[in-house]
Parts: sequence; structure tokens; C-alpha cells
Amino acid sequence: MSGIDKGSGSDVLDVHERARFEQLVLPHLDAAFNLARWLLRSREDSEDVAQEAMLRAYRFFRGFHGGDARAWLLQIVRNTCYTWLEKNSPVELMTEFDEELHPQPSVSPETLAIAGDNRERLGRALETLPPRFREVLVLRELEGCSYKEIAAITAIPIGTVMSALARARQRLQRALTQPPVQEASREL
Amino acid sequence: MSCDFTRTALHGYLDGELDASRSAEFERHLEDCRDCAKALEVEESLRSALQRSSLCERAPASLRKKVRADLDAATAAPVAHRIPAWRWVAVAASILLVASISWYAWPRSGSGTANGVAPPPFTAAELIDAHIRSLQPGHLTDVASTDQHTVKPWFNGKLDFAPPVKDYADDGFSLIGGRLDVLGGRNVAVLVYARRKHFINVFVLPTKEPDTPIHPPGLRQGYQWLHWRHQGMEYCAVSDVSVADLHELAQLIYQ
Repeated sequence: MSGIDKGSGSDVLDVHERARFEQLVLPHLDAAFNLARWLLRSREDSEDVAQEAMLRAYRFFRGFHGGDARAWLLQIVRNTCYTWLEKNSPVELMTEFDEELHPQPSVSPETLAIAGDNRERLGRALETLPPRFREVLVLRELEGCSYKEIAAITAIPIGTVMSALARARQRLQRALTQPPVQEASREL
Repeated sequence: MSCDFTRTALHGYLDGELDASRSAEFERHLEDCRDCAKALEVEESLRSALQRSSLCERAPASLRKKVRADLDAATAAPVAHRIPAWRWVAVAASILLVASISWYAWPRSGSGTANGVAPPPFTAAELIDAHIRSLQPGHLTDVASTDQHTVKPWFNGKLDFAPPVKDYADDGFSLIGGRLDVLGGRNVAVLVYARRKHFINVFVLPTKEPDTPIHPPGLRQGYQWLHWRHQGMEYCAVSDVSVADLHELAQLIYQ
């Protein structure tokens, strides 16, 4: 009976697959939205993109054969976000990821603590970072992902996740401790 | 200037991603290297700022609703809905037979419940009967109100327990009232919710049994049900809405 229901090549899932999706994937909707929100920097756009990503995840769900459902979903969310950025904000993606790690003098933990206590300032500083820096920070610090998960989600080789994070943290410190420049107030 | 360790190990150490020997090596190094000790302090300060900041944003309710609607559209209707009417009686009879067997067998044979979870004090047949009876005209609610502060006090003095009553209209499940019913010979409270044009009966009665998770869905005569126990109350939600919808309501109540 259920064989007829599935149909060949159809992207319509049956109630059992739906229940499985609800159990494994849907609980990570918050994480999906959060990643989209920080990648796109707009709540409205991220709602649309997260919605599209969830539907894509649902359609691909037969291809998910167990494992880390959150990483699997976030990978789809990330890809959907990048497709969106390529189309709507290609300038965002032009920053070179492999920039030099500059030694950074004289940032004191106290300065940082004071700057970091202001949620708005911290959020703005995070938004000034290029998406590739932003995403590793969001995944690591807000979502608590392991290096292995970050590698799976962002397609960065696992051996370079640590240096990507090091660079991203350095950029964030700089953005936090320097007075806001024009770039910081630039609107999308 | 930072030393080599800053580049190769500090962040891995901070993130708890170094193996034990490299971690110990870095700790020894920290005792001698002021650069690394200071850099670590700075990174820890940044991390705690990020984690304190509540920058993490939750999915808005509007997104949750849209996703549900998308999933509904991309999900095939349950098989039962496609069966021609003239075959329905036979199919229903066989489903009911299998269903009642599995209902009785559930507490002992369920793989996840081998530790002796007590069965509900009523049968599937009684549950479905009560649900169908409630759908007859004038039987659905004894107190018709969308206000949880009207429905909850209504039960006072009618039962020897106070069922938790909450409206979930914002999540698409509007409370439309409550009633008294009898299940398995016991007085129970029933909360009635509407989901689009469907009704959901949530039967509530006190229990001394420990909490159980929301039990995987059962299908009886075209009605879905879910059962769980939480904080001294036993719940059974029954409806003809999709399993997914029913599960959503169950989770809202379970919280």
C-alpha cells in the first residue's frame, strides 16, 4: 500500500517520513534561523531563506541516512544562504578568506569585556565581519559546534577550522575595540 | 609578538579540541609564555562576552507556521484517506483488530518500554468511542470558552484534581472549551482544541505513574492518538488532524 503512495521520483514524503523529519530535523529550526540571520544580517530575509532551506531539507530527507541531523540541516541552510547572497549581495562574498593573521598588540581583556558587554555593539561588530568569518564564529560560539561539525557544515577542511576561527576571532576583536568605521554603519 | 603556539594550539586549547598530550604540553608552555597567557585571557574574555550576549536568535512563530504549512503541502495524505468508502468498513475493522492487539501488547512488548511502563487505565476502543461521542452535536464541550481562565475554574468542584489548562491559539491550536467525560470507569477532564476545522480532544486524568515521553502515534478508525504522562497527569490527545499537528500540540502541552 505504501509503495503506491511514495511514487517514483516524487518529492512527496509519507506520514512516517514526516514524523521522522519532525523528530530529527525540525527541533533544529532555531539553529537554522540563527545561522541564516547572521549570514544574511536581516531577519526578514533570513525567515524566507530558512523557510526555503527547511523545505529543501524535507525534500532531500530520503537522502539523509542518520548521523548528525543538525549539521546536515545547517549545511543545507548555509548553502541556501550563499546562493541567496550570490544573487542579492555578491559584494559580500568577495572578501578573501585567507588573509594574513596579523599579530595584534595591546588589546586588554578589560577593554574587550567592556566592549563585549554591550549586546548591540557586539552584534554590530559581528555583522561587519565577512560571512565566512561570521559563520565559523556563530557555529562555534552561539551553536556550540565542534570542529568536526563546523568542517561538515562549511566545507572547510577540518585541519583549517582552527585557523579560520583564530582569524575570525581576531577580526571580531579588532571590530570591537576600534571605533566604528564607515563599514560598520553600511546598510545592506 | 605572539609565539608559534598562539597560531598552532591556543584556539584548539580554548575550544577543547586538543588531545590530552597536546593540551598538557600547551599548559606547560602557558606557565612560561606571557604572550600566550595574555592571548588566552583575551580570547576567553571574548568568548564569555559572546556567550553572555544572547546574540542567538530563535525562529519566530511566523516561520514555524510557514514551515508547517510547507511540510503539510509536501506530505502525502495518509493511506486511509484514499480508500473508497465501500471498502472502509472492512479496512476499519481490520485496523481496529490489529490496533486493539497492539494497544494491549504495547506496555510489555514495546522495545523502549521494557522497564515495565504501566498501561493507560483505559483501552483504545474506549478512547476512540469517547472521541466519536464528543463529535455528536452538542456533546463537544460542557463549558465553551476560549479563555483558559474560564475553562480551568470550571473544573473546580467537578473533579478531585485540577487539570492544567492552556490556550495555544498563537501556535494554531485554539482552546474552545472543556467537558467532563468517563474513560475506563474514571472521571476525566477533557480539553477541546480546534486546529483549522478539526477538533482535538485532550483527555487528562491524574496518575501515580512516572513520566513517560509522548508515545509514537497510533491510528484507529482514521483517528490519531498520542499518549504521555507528565508531572502526575496522564494525557491522551485524539483527533483526525495529522500526526504532525497532534504531536505539535502534545509537545506544547508537555512543556
